[in-house]
Amino acid sequence: MTEDIRALSAQYAADPSSLIFLRLAEALRQRGQADAAHKVAIQGLSRYPHLPDAHDLFARILTDQQDYANAFDEWDTVLRLVPQHIGAHKGIGFLYYRAGDHEHALYHLRLAAELDPTDSGLRLAVERVAGGGEIWDAPLPQAPSEPATRRVPTTESNDPFAGLDGARHRLLLVDVDGLRLGGGLVTTSGRDVSDDAAAVLAGTAFEAARAARMLELGEWTHLTIEGTELSACVLKPTPDTSLLAAMDADLPAGQLAFFAERAAKTARAWLERVR
Amino acid sequence: MTDYAAMLDALTRLRGIRGAMVVALNDGLPVAESLMGGLKGTALAALAATLASRSVELAARGGLGAPRFLHLQSSDGSLLVAPTAADLVLVAIAGRDVPLGLLRLEMLRLAERMG
Repeated sequence: MTEDIRALSAQYAADPSSLIFLRLAEALRQRGQADAAHKVAIQGLSRYPHLPDAHDLFARILTDQQDYANAFDEWDTVLRLVPQHIGAHKGIGFLYYRAGDHEHALYHLRLAAELDPTDSGLRLAVERVAGGGEIWDAPLPQAPSEPATRRVPTTESNDPFAGLDGARHRLLLVDVDGLRLGGGLVTTSGRDVSDDAAAVLAGTAFEAARAARMLELGEWTHLTIEGTELSACVLKPTPDTSLLAAMDADLPAGQLAFFAERAAKTARAWLERVR
Repeated sequence: MTDYAAMLDALTRLRGIRGAMVVALNDGLPVAESLMGGLKGTALAALAATLASRSVELAARGGLGAPRFLHLQSSDGSLLVAPTAADLVLVAIAGRDVPLGLLRLEMLRLAERMG
């Protein structure tokens, strides 16, 4: 049963730093309001980036939105934080099953079923994937050795940010020479400035890294530029690429950094695939 | 100059701040500084001004509008820059575990006072 969204929204508005965002985003998701749920989950994750249940919730929202590659990454993050997280094993098992990889699907679904023996639906799912109830007589196998991420289907595209919000107008990826590799940047008035921005993006990232090194600030992670129209986060997904992620100027800096990190992760995966 | 000195002293009293400067954006020369030992003012000024200039250009080309605040985050600290209307930038260098939100607000307030 979904909770009262109006009441949860009021509680969230009164205390945006509370964990109420989990219940609100889940309620929105269950009502089919995936975009609103997505927004609330990202706001929550920007405040609680190490909260496993927030990543689990976000992964389910992404799955609803058919963004399976990023959903997988979110559940993978959960399992790094909590290796026995039932929801993450169920989710990853579902994604493997959907991709036709029954070996990995069975491993994760069965592990989830053993962690929660009361979930009869999950037991049925395991038996369906295994082809019968005899599966329970066999010992739980070792985790399949192949790196999981390679086997999950992603959106086949030339766009490094496919599936992400703002892929065409708020995210820009360039190489070391300033050549645009993907994404785009559009001003608040609708003008496409992708190539203009690309021409100076790599140089800005270079200066940021140089300043951090010369000032002995350690390894540079990102540069945030708060503008009057948009705010942007500049970072380097790989040593030879630079990325700019932009958001409306009135959104919190933490949300921008989270958005940029996600985009960088997606861009890295894309670069690995295309190179 | 006295005004700048008082502003910088107010900034460097905040926890974790290793130094603060007022720098000319166009030539990267220090106008005023309050730095802890070990920090070289001329180097900090030049690097901050170069980074600010690059960021101003990126903001202009990318339709971000006028830059109000820059935050370079690294593993061991941060470089923070607040441009002012007078072709000056207010610069602060901070270690880890610094209340960045408070520092940002204070720098924006001082940058506005600087014109």
